[in-house]
Amino acid sequence: MNPTNYLYLAAILFSIGAVGVIVRRNAIVVFMCIELMLNAANLAFVTFANINGNLEGQVIAFFTMVVAACEVVVGLAIIVTIYRSRRSASVDDASLLSR
Amino acid sequence: MSGESIIFWALAPLTVLASIGMLLVKKAVHSAILLAFVMISLAVFYLIQDAPFLGVVQVVVYTGAVMMLFLFILMLVGVDSSDSLTESIKGLRWVAIFAALVFATMLTSLIARSRTGEPVKGMQAANAEGNVEGIAFLLFRDFVFAFEVVSALLITAAVGAMVLAHTEKSPQARISQRVRSAARFRGESIGTAAGLPGSGVFARHNAVDVPALLPDGKPSDLSVPSVLTRRGDVQETRRYSLEGLPKLDSEGDIK
Repeated sequence: MNPTNYLYLAAILFSIGAVGVIVRRNAIVVFMCIELMLNAANLAFVTFANINGNLEGQVIAFFTMVVAACEVVVGLAIIVTIYRSRRSASVDDASLLSR
Repeated sequence: MSGESIIFWALAPLTVLASIGMLLVKKAVHSAILLAFVMISLAVFYLIQDAPFLGVVQVVVYTGAVMMLFLFILMLVGVDSSDSLTESIKGLRWVAIFAALVFATMLTSLIARSRTGEPVKGMQAANAEGNVEGIAFLLFRDFVFAFEVVSALLITAAVGAMVLAHTEKSPQARISQRVRSAARFRGESIGTAAGLPGSGVFARHNAVDVPALLPDGKPSDLSVPSVLTRRGDVQETRRYSLEGLPKLDSEGDIK
């Protein structure tokens, strides 16, 4: 099978994740959509490694995973902190600076 | 049809459906479960593309650690924190979907144009000494500086999460058992000092969601957990009353 199909799948998943980031209002769901986008990029990296026959793509995907794990830890801690003070996990509610 | 393409065409539509469903379902927990499915199927895609190390890491790190973290935070914030799904900016949803469609079309057409007829090299040569060994060789030789930087990032993230999530203990938590016990028998709480009334009416139904009846026939709010009351899961006691059953007269015979 032509590995290009994986690239199409990655593009579709990335776009769906982007829609989710814009449309959904719950901060945790927005975060999950960001994870989906990162995963789609990882799939593209692994596919490019397969196409070009070297391991660099897989190493970059590995680094992406590590950075994504860090991002999740800090991001979720921020969400918990906001939830503690505002009793809400909606991204619309965290707009104190505009008022 | 090779095994790879069978797996791909079986899993890829499901993956896309699950990720679309992630946007459509109302509860955050359902989104998390769908995302876990997407991540596991991506792990399968890694495995059939000769990336066994990344496939395993995907399962361990993403579906194992990251999704568990998401679920923990969902439990902490409240499973019921479902989205309102109403738009805060008018027309944002359709603009977002249109923009994403344009972006996806652009990306797929670019991919289709950029790779036509080029032979696919495959991982056989790169994985000749083993996939894990090859990645380790690259990671600790060519990318060793990036590896060190990432380790610093991990430590910073761990410390940052601890600082953000840490809270000082509230003074309320320091009340000792002795003080509580004394308070229980003084003032207003003397009425419940022997414990709150149990739930249910024993004749028909004694589950926790049915309030007990007081001597005057009114349901007692104290007998059901406050969580159930807030969720609206408390049932009406009247449904289980004994109306319609034959009554006994003063001598104990059925009327």
